[in-house]
Amino acid sequence: MSDHAVNVQRVSKVFNLGKTNEVHAVDNVDLTINNGEFVTLIGPSGCGKSTLLRLIASLVEPTGGSIEVNGKPAEQARLDREYGMAFQKAGLFDWRSVSKNIELPLELMGWSKSERASRAQEMLELVKLPEFGDHHPAELSGGMQQRIAIARSLAFNPSLLLMDEPFGALDEMTREHMQDELLRIWDETDTTVVFVTHSIAEAVYLSSRVVVMSPRPGQISEIIEVGLGDRDTSTREDPEFFKMVTVVREALRSVESQ
Amino acid sequence: MGTHAADIESDNTDQLVVEQLARETAAGSDRRETMAAAVRQVFIFSAFIGLLAVAYTVYKVFGQAIDDAQTDWWAIGSILPRSDDLNMPPVVDILKAFTVTPGGTDKVLGLQLFDEALFTLREAAVGFVAGAIIGLAIAVLLVRSKKLENGLLPYVIASQTVPLIAIAPIVVIWGRKNLDFLPWEWQDWMSVSIIASFLTFFPVAVNGLRGLQSPKPENLELMESYAASWRQTLFQLRFPASVPYLFAAFKIAATASIVGAIVGEISAGVPGGLGRRILSQALVYTTAPARLYAAVIGSALLGIFVFLLIAGTEKFVLGRQGREAVT
Ligand SMILES: Nc1ncnc2c1ncn2[C@@H]1O[C@H](COP(=O)(O)OP(=O)(O)OP(=O)(O)O)[C@@H](O)[C@H]1O
Ligand SMILES: [Mg+2]
Repeated sequence: MSDHAVNVQRVSKVFNLGKTNEVHAVDNVDLTINNGEFVTLIGPSGCGKSTLLRLIASLVEPTGGSIEVNGKPAEQARLDREYGMAFQKAGLFDWRSVSKNIELPLELMGWSKSERASRAQEMLELVKLPEFGDHHPAELSGGMQQRIAIARSLAFNPSLLLMDEPFGALDEMTREHMQDELLRIWDETDTTVVFVTHSIAEAVYLSSRVVVMSPRPGQISEIIEVGLGDRDTSTREDPEFFKMVTVVREALRSVESQ
Repeated sequence: MGTHAADIESDNTDQLVVEQLARETAAGSDRRETMAAAVRQVFIFSAFIGLLAVAYTVYKVFGQAIDDAQTDWWAIGSILPRSDDLNMPPVVDILKAFTVTPGGTDKVLGLQLFDEALFTLREAAVGFVAGAIIGLAIAVLLVRSKKLENGLLPYVIASQTVPLIAIAPIVVIWGRKNLDFLPWEWQDWMSVSIIASFLTFFPVAVNGLRGLQSPKPENLELMESYAASWRQTLFQLRFPASVPYLFAAFKIAATASIVGAIVGEISAGVPGGLGRRILSQALVYTTAPARLYAAVIGSALLGIFVFLLIAGTEKFVLGRQGREAVT
């Protein structure tokens, strides 16, 4: 396996190419992400964060440049199920029980029934909802649904996790709790995470590197090394943490005022 | 941490027992509520029928009074139906009609109507199932490709402008002549099923297409991220998502299948069911008007029965999945 979980080279994405409503969503972006890293993408609305993530996921085709995931072309990586994805909306299937939702990717991959069931239970324990397997998604709170979506994205042990504002709809307390859960899972599973967020504090708290993007056209304006070491409950009150928050905020300010 | 999260994460056994109890009690009261709702609906329905009978009688009495007074009020008999016993047999006569034994038999009319309703129900049920399968197949075909949808959907819609009464005899004759290669003997009632299926496939195709297209972009994208095949996406996402839409279609199709079967019987001259009964009572209307009313009431009850059957199944299936019906 290659050292790079993600290797994005001079990638561009133009929507509606040649039409009057042409949008340069991502423009000539280079980004390499090492195995086991936790990288967040941050930037003003419309700067192409989701598009970059979906390019890595091979859910949209680039108009230029090349993308490799685990040393393979992005599309091949998708076909080989190299990554798991969690979106802003949990997107659970409401006709399936919580367990069956987590089992969905395993079913598609042809796992046996008993393997699926035991894996789903493991995942439920990982996201600390062990007794909710038989419930239907509608009976769960938004935060709980989001945890199930994360369990679903992790169920088949992908080496790469792509997350697009997964905690965007959560209240502050649940959000902080989920951040700790995610860091714990990241720690326990040596997954590489690419995480899109609007929250500066979230970006600093979670990641080893923060990628700051600027809009029109969508480009990377700065990459900030966070270097806070292991997070714990005191990290959020640590002066170092606030210093990094300020650094990222200023990077974003200069992007916004362009 | 919020109290809500604390509750959820507590692995305290007492807590779980309490939750379990709360869930069971909730389920019990749910069941009681469903029962109460059913009783309420039956009550409302009976009240509605009763009111209809009262309104019918009041109109009749009123019209009779005008007739008796020899004041020929213009509206009656021109815009409004005449209210004499020939045009509007009294409610009591209609009820009595169910208990008479028409000539040559020893079965009361009510029981005969019941047998005929079963005959028509069989035609309709076969037509309903066939139509639902064809409708679903069309919906899958149309969702498969945008080109097919644009190209074929107008024809699916145009199919419903074909006059059933005109094609019914053709279908019966065609069935007798051309379907003798089948492993079973072709019977005329099966042709009536074909006619019924002509009415049922349409709502299923149209609503089914809507349902198959109902998954949100993020759900389709999720399946794509798993490199799911088109078939996997169909069976794991599109079909389950379309279930509420299909039930909405089935409710329309079920009543339409009864209408199709009755019209089919009448226009193709197939004996044994309610359609033939309505036709034969209409021919002798002047001698026994109440009997035609009885036959029509029997047909209406059959329509209501199949509708309730589907609505009940819908409630059960969607309720088990905690989903809402669509309209
Ligand atoms: N499918 C599409 N078709 C056309 N334009 C698109 C499409 N997807 C995104 N865009 C455009 O590309 C640009 C970048 O969009 P993108 O969703 O990547 O932004 P974002 O950084 O994720 O924004 P937000 O923070 O609001 O989620 C926007 O101008 C958007 O309108
Ligand atoms: Mg976005």
